[in-house]
Amino acid sequence: MTIHALDISGLHKVYRSGHVALHDIDLHVEQGDFFALLGPNGAGKSTTIGIITTLVNKTAGSVQVFGHDIDSNPMAAKRCIGLVPQEFNFNQFEPVIEIVTNQAGYYGIAKPLAQQRAETYLRQLGLWDKRHTIARNLSGGMKRRLMIARALAHEPRLLILDEPTAGVDIELRRSMWSFLREVNQQGTTIILTTHYLEEAENLCRNVAIIDDGKIVANTSIRTLLNQLICETVVLDLQEPLNHAPHLAGYNSCLVDPCTLEVEIPRSQGVNQLFQQLTAQEIKVSSLRNKANRLEELFLRLVENGAEKR
Amino acid sequence: MNASIALRTIVTKEIRRFLRIWIQTVLPPMITTALYFIIFGQLIGSQISAIASYSYMEYIVPGLILMAVITNSYSNVVSSFYGAKFSHYVEELLIAPIPNSLILTGYITGGVARGLTVGVMVSLVASFFADVHIHNLGIVLSVVVLTSILFSLGGFINAIYAKSFDDISIVPTFVLTPLTYLGGIFYSIDMLPPFWREVSLFNPILYMINAFRYGLLGISDIPLATAFGVTILFTIALAVYALILMRRGVGLKS
Repeated sequence: MTIHALDISGLHKVYRSGHVALHDIDLHVEQGDFFALLGPNGAGKSTTIGIITTLVNKTAGSVQVFGHDIDSNPMAAKRCIGLVPQEFNFNQFEPVIEIVTNQAGYYGIAKPLAQQRAETYLRQLGLWDKRHTIARNLSGGMKRRLMIARALAHEPRLLILDEPTAGVDIELRRSMWSFLREVNQQGTTIILTTHYLEEAENLCRNVAIIDDGKIVANTSIRTLLNQLICETVVLDLQEPLNHAPHLAGYNSCLVDPCTLEVEIPRSQGVNQLFQQLTAQEIKVSSLRNKANRLEELFLRLVENGAEKR
Repeated sequence: MNASIALRTIVTKEIRRFLRIWIQTVLPPMITTALYFIIFGQLIGSQISAIASYSYMEYIVPGLILMAVITNSYSNVVSSFYGAKFSHYVEELLIAPIPNSLILTGYITGGVARGLTVGVMVSLVASFFADVHIHNLGIVLSVVVLTSILFSLGGFINAIYAKSFDDISIVPTFVLTPLTYLGGIFYSIDMLPPFWREVSLFNPILYMINAFRYGLLGISDIPLATAFGVTILFTIALAVYALILMRRGVGLKS
């Protein structure tokens, strides 16, 4: 029998207020995977993560982490997990190095090794120079990196990141992506929730989309993207138009006199589009996707769910 | 998993916390106790006759030391654990493979460490005003440690239920302080009318103060075995209750 990094079966959560956050969800994450858990706000992502990490009590169902049940063997399950939560949850009045070494201590790691690991991860995340700084004096991006270093201090087999790059500038976000890729390549299974779908498309191999407490898609990113039957591109025109041109096989609309939006069916491609534009003497200065491909799919899946409700 | 490392980490963190802010944690009880000695001991106490052959100043020393231990043990744990809850860094402990009993032991040890530190400092202050006798060191140490554990547990339970910073000051203000003042720090219950003497016996702090007074002066209004029995009983009850609350996730999990 294959042991998954994470095995969730029939997970159900009803809060005391009566709100049903999760409706009997099943989810399996392979060992070594880089897995995206996507969904709109309030869909149930954080509740799922809360239950896996034992911060939230479940109503029904089972959760196993590397074969360890969180009910019957919580200590073994907890040892496998590292968590980077959405909100800053460290003591803001402690120095950076203490936050990381203390976390290692909670996992029974002796001080010399804890200090060695703190140095390794703080260096890798560019925080070594700030090791004696009181945490509240760090910038937002540094605080996010501190939480990653802290989560890695006990070298977990499963790293869960709940929106780790929220509010982080693009340069830093990209350096965090490359760091997380390295961590994953070294064998750590990663589960990522994010609002930046570009991030999921870049980093993850498999994805689950959760909406209103139900899994609406659970497949590989590639399979999911293949479901995209058309993409919308935005064309910046060199000369203004009065009305949208007739383009056989394509739906188009003029956003403003110099901006044309065109839906490109997967079966058509872009060659015919440019042939027709050239024939009508419409010159294009640049072309870009209206939205990230995964974003288009995500919105369709979530909107379909909303219509059914 | 090496549980002793996890426990040592929590305890070290707790001790560092109260030592880092010693101006707020260690200094105030020393000043307050000095004021008690000046006002109640020297100014008013000089007008009061000796109790069981001890001057009034000597008589109030055990109560004042234990009062400092009680309030500091309680407030250390209630403010530290509620602060961890409020800023969510209690999650660092809750997601780690640490049994609830170990988390509880860590915080209680922190509370006891502060209680003992303050107890020693207040005793030093007391020695400037009166002779500090030690009748039985074993009893002194066991009472002070037991009492400190008991009120650290009280602080922990208060922190679990607290939903705001107001909630962590209600119990010390409206329960702890009155019970401590009425627990025989400044008087022997034998001085009270029979009705109020009987009422006083329902106050658990009375038993601890009298046991501690016996350890220092060799006198007590309560039989020593009864005093120890009551203190141990309350300690076990609060420890079990705190562990039940943690297992259910009350105030910690949703």
